[in-house]
Order: sequence, then C-alpha cells, then structure tokens
Amino acid sequence: MKKLLATAMLTLGLAAPAAADLVFPSLDYRTGPFAAGGIPFADGYSDYLTLLNERDGGIGGVKISNPTCETAYNTEKGVECYEATKEGALIYQPLSTGITYQLIPKASVDQIPIHSMGYGRTSAANGKVFEWVFNYPTNYWNGASIAVKHILDVNGGDINGKKITLLHFNGAYGKEPIPTLEALSAKHGFEFSTIPIDFPGQEQKSQWLQIRREKPDYILFWGWGVMNQVAVQEAANIRYPMDQFIGIWWSGSENDVLPAGDGANGYKSLQFHNVGSDFPIFDDIKTHVIDKGLAAGAGDQVGTVLYNRGVYAAMLAAEAAKTAQGIHGEVNITGAMMRDGMEALEITEARMAELGLPNFGPTFKVTCENHGGRGPAAIAQWDAGGKEWKLVTDYMDPDEEVVNALIMEDSAAYAAENNIEERCN
Amino acid sequence: MPEQLLFAAEVTLNGLMAGVLYALVALGFVLIYKASGIFNYAQGVMALFAALTLVGIMEGQVPFAHLINITFGTEIHHFGWHVPAFLAIVLTVGVMVVFAWCVNHFVMRHLINQEPIILFMATIGLAYFLEGVGDLMWGSDIKRLDVGLPQGINEVIDQVTFDAFGYGFFIDNLDMVATVIAVILVAGLVIFSQYTKQGRALRAVADDHQAALSVGISLNYIWVLVWSIAGFVALVAGIMWGAKSGVQFSLSLIALKALPVLLIGGFTSIPGAIIGGLIIGVGEKLFEFAIGPMIGGATENWFAYVLALIFLVIRPQGLFGEKIIERV
Repeated sequence: MKKLLATAMLTLGLAAPAAADLVFPSLDYRTGPFAAGGIPFADGYSDYLTLLNERDGGIGGVKISNPTCETAYNTEKGVECYEATKEGALIYQPLSTGITYQLIPKASVDQIPIHSMGYGRTSAANGKVFEWVFNYPTNYWNGASIAVKHILDVNGGDINGKKITLLHFNGAYGKEPIPTLEALSAKHGFEFSTIPIDFPGQEQKSQWLQIRREKPDYILFWGWGVMNQVAVQEAANIRYPMDQFIGIWWSGSENDVLPAGDGANGYKSLQFHNVGSDFPIFDDIKTHVIDKGLAAGAGDQVGTVLYNRGVYAAMLAAEAAKTAQGIHGEVNITGAMMRDGMEALEITEARMAELGLPNFGPTFKVTCENHGGRGPAAIAQWDAGGKEWKLVTDYMDPDEEVVNALIMEDSAAYAAENNIEERCN
Repeated sequence: MPEQLLFAAEVTLNGLMAGVLYALVALGFVLIYKASGIFNYAQGVMALFAALTLVGIMEGQVPFAHLINITFGTEIHHFGWHVPAFLAIVLTVGVMVVFAWCVNHFVMRHLINQEPIILFMATIGLAYFLEGVGDLMWGSDIKRLDVGLPQGINEVIDQVTFDAFGYGFFIDNLDMVATVIAVILVAGLVIFSQYTKQGRALRAVADDHQAALSVGISLNYIWVLVWSIAGFVALVAGIMWGAKSGVQFSLSLIALKALPVLLIGGFTSIPGAIIGGLIIGVGEKLFEFAIGPMIGGATENWFAYVLALIFLVIRPQGLFGEKIIERV
C-alpha cells in the first residue's frame, strides 16, 4: 500500500516532505495557456528556497521542503493541490485570484496562512477581519491609485477633464480596480470609462477600434496571458502613445512586450519589486543552485520580472518564518506560528541589502491590523532597444484616504456575511 | 457621412478581416471532416505546434534541448544558425507531413470503421499529446514570430479615407495579407479538389469509404494527404495568429473561434468556412459596436455562438453543408 501511495504521489508530482522540514508548498502552473507566466515565478520561488537549503542549511538550521503541485492556473485543480499538499504546510502562494478566493475560508479552518502578493482579495489587507490572509507589500487598489498618482505627476497635479480608460480582463481580477478608479475619478475630476476583454483575449480589434474612436488620454490595463501581448501589439498598431499605456504588474513582464518588438517601446507597468539581474543574490543562486544542477527550471529565467517576483515572494516567506522562529523560540514552527511571523514582519533596506537584494523592494511593516503593508509600487518602462525594463520612478505610496476607506467597507461587508468578529483590539 | 456610420463602416471592414482569420482556422477542421468524417479537436493545437516548429527552425533551436540537457548533462540550446523564413516554412511543412503520417500510421488506421465519437475522442488525446510534445520540443516561453509580414495601420487607407470622409479608417496590414493568403488558399484547395486526381480521390473517399476502396483508392494515402493539407492550413493560421500575439500555448485556443464559423458555414464546405468566418467576424464586431456599450461590452465570444445557434436552428447542416437524408 505504501509503495502504491508513493507511486501515486510521484505520479501527482508531489514529493512527501520529511517530518521535520519547514514545508513551503508551491502551487505552480508550468503547463497550459498561462505557462509562460507561471514558469519564471515558480523557478524563482523554488530556486530561492533551494539556495537557503544549500547555502545556509535552511532557515534556523531546519531544511525547507518545497513540494510542488501543478494547477495549470485552474481554480479546481488549485484547490485539489492545496488539499493534497496541506499536511504540515506553513504558507501558500495561490498564484491566482480565483484560487485565493477558494482558499480563504479553507486556510482559516486549517490554520495555514495565505500570501496573495499583489493579487487576490484586496480587502484581505484588513487583518482585523482576515486573520489568515496577507497581501503585502501591495494590492490592486493600491496599484490603481499609484497609476493615477503617476498620471497626476506627469500632468503637474491636474488631471481634471482628462479621459482615463481601464482596459481589463472581463472577470474578478480585471474588475478589482473599478471601485478605486471610480472614487479617484470623483476626487480628481477625470473622466473614467471601462472596456472589458473576454478570455483569452486573442482578438481585441473591437476594443482597440473603440479606443481609437474615444481617444482616452491614458489607458490603465489589467490583463494576463495572451491578452497582454495582443493588447501591446494592438496599441502599437493604432499608434497609441505607449508612455500613456500603463499595465498592472501582471501585465508588465518581458513576455508581454517582446512579441511586439520595437512597437512596445515606452510601454509602462507598475512593479512592486525591482527588475534586472544586477543583485548579489543572483550570484549566489548561480553558485549554489544553477551550477550544481539544482535549479527548478532551465536556469534561463534569472533576472526576468516574473523570476524576480518568485524570488521576492520566497524571500518574504523565509523572512516571516525566521521572524516566527524568533518570536516563539522554536525552529520547527507550525502554520499558526508562521502567521505570527508574517504579522510581525518588517522589511528594512538594511535587511534587504544583507540578503543580497539592495533596493530590491519597498520597505514595509506588517501588523495585526494591516496585512497589506504600506502598499507602494513604482513605474517601470520598457526599453525595446535594450530589451529591458527600467524603474523610472521611486516607489510611490497609494492614496490611503481613498483605498483604506474601500478596504474597510469591503472587509466589513465580508465580516458581516461570515459572522467574523474583529480582532487586534 | 454621419460619424456613427463611418465608425460602423470601419467596424464592418475590420469584422470582415477578423472573419478571414477565423476562417483560416475553420478550414483545417473542414478538410479533415470532409475527407474522413472526423471532427479534429487537435486542429488548434496543430496550429500551435506548426508555429512553434517554424520559430524553432528559424532560430536554430535544438529540439528537446531541455530533455537532452537533463539526461546527458549537456548545455546545448541552439545550433548557432538562423534559417530564412521561406526555407523554415518549407521545412515546417515537411514536419507537418511527417506528423500526418504518424497520426495515420499510429492512430487513425487502427480506428477505421469505429464510431465517430471514438474518432473524436482520439483527436482529443492527440491534442493533449501534441501540446505536451510541443512543450518538450520547443519550450513554453513566448516566442516572437517574424516572417517579414507587414503589421500595423495601413497608411494609404488611413489617408484616403481621411481625405474623403474626414476620418481615417484603421485597417491592419497583417489582416490584409491574411485576406490575400486566405483567398489564394481557398482557390488552391478548390482547384485541387476539383481538377486533380488526388483531389477527386479525396472527394470519393469523402462520399463513400467502401466504394472508394473498391475502385483502388488507398485510404491510408488519402488520409495522410488530407492531414498534411490540414497541417499546412494550421501552419498558415499559426503564422497569422502568432504574428499578432507571439507564439505561445494559448494559440491552441483559436479553435474556439472556429466552432461558430463551422456551425454557420457547414462542416463540409471550403467556401462555407470563408462565408461563415465573414458572417461571424462582421456580426460579432457590429454587435459589440452597436449593443456592447449598452450591456457592459465583451460580447464577442458569446454573441458568435448565439449567431451560430440561430443559423443552426434555421439550417442545421450550415449554409453550405450537405443535407443528410437517411432512408429507413
């Protein structure tokens, strides 16, 4: 029976962790239509954890195990993967807003924290209501607010009467920023409209003809997968000014701009971490992981936007585990202890430099009340000649007045629906 | 001319162009269904595989490099050469012919006289197998496809319409090229099926397998031929769609756009695929233009199927499909 189980586990692609390991499961998507985005993140996440094992002997002397399960970016498969890997798990990165929504109630019962970094349910930033969910360092509503802040900056602080259009995936993820942008429209006086794109978004002629007719001053873009590449290409086709076309961080990787060639030059995207491979951590990853043949993938994704995001997510998870070990004086932590570590996480510039990631991300602090951090993001711009993204602004803080009010409103509604009593009092 | 009328004219023209692209995908389905009665679920993946192979050959990528490197501890990725687009297209056609032979030799010939649903299920298996092989062979990263096709707004049309109406029409150069290629392709296929020996044999097989066999037509040969032609059509569709979005695994989803086209044009008519494509292209674009903004937009995916359903109710075999009358 054991042999059968082991065979079944191998068939499912799951490696059973050793009993005393710190278990960081990965819900990867290396297959299917979104694989090109899933692979670099998965590689970065796993490679960083492998680095800690190889270089430091794990976290606090305890090895990390990283069982992986293939979701193909499918919500049902994601939930199955969660159920199959949750034994001893310390943290989950669901890597999909759909999977995150399904796991929020499950995680509370199983006492395993969820880290939906830059995606998922935005109002989970309210730790008073969402005890087991974290979305630091930022979220979609902050992203929308920072994009508008950038537009304000380049227009001398006055965007009254300007036209801003949200071009978005016609689903929960794409609709997330609408309330924030409506509130910001009322505050700053810009004219706001939305243009949805249905999945998968390979044909967007109608949307871009509409844009050509309505001539918005700025386009904000919430897309994923092939939708991104087609949108950038169509924008180039109608000669839309690319520096007035700003994507969310899931619409701002090399994958999204390379197919359009020179036409993509100047396209902007939000980023909550730095880009490129000029960081000491990547030398360590090369020495201790890639050169030893231990890389999760082909080792050719290092320094790409989504690989860096995977590394960043793994670094934040490892730092939270270290914090949890410190709080509880126990190296073999549980999910509940991990949650305490995440709730006390503080990322400083000194610590990032120590980790080989100087200026890699914003500094922030998580608290019981605030599971979303400070919420900053920067604007990156694509240089088609050099084939690289460059951060062109500092990390900017969101409009807390607008975003926090929306977070409170939405989380209060969730608390009322689910009879949740506020904590952190 | 009133502004809204100008916009509608622009939308209609773009709908016609989009329809041609849908028809390119639908053509592959029609060819195989016509010759063998199989609804080829793998047609979208064939377009993906053909485009992946084309880019791989053009860039001198080593097939199965990741697998080879893991197995033998090597570090090979590229041969170090770049193949010109035309030669790469010829080589890719060769790969698709080999693929057609493999499909017939290892799958289809073992399923002769099986129920249509069994053959359909076999093509589902084939689709997933081919997707996996494509991934192993060429990797799953998004690849830029540049075979020298022009892309972007057609300046002449923009200028002429601006001078005439005060509003410049947007027509994508790539869509215009696709239209020309589709016309040539359809004309070629019609001539092939009407005036060549192989084409007539193909039609004979389509009419009656047993009768065709009895007069000495090789079923195996015809099936390899038709899967090869479908592979070539898939390559053309893969190039056109891949030039828009890069070659990536979601390219296989273009098959979704072909289904309503087939329902309207019929599963057995080559001109039907073109007419069906044009009806869907114009219908969905005009509906999105006129009604979309009132109901929240993003209507194209579902409206194409509504349109197909209406045609299906009125004429179940499609506009150009063969009416099947079975006598008891």
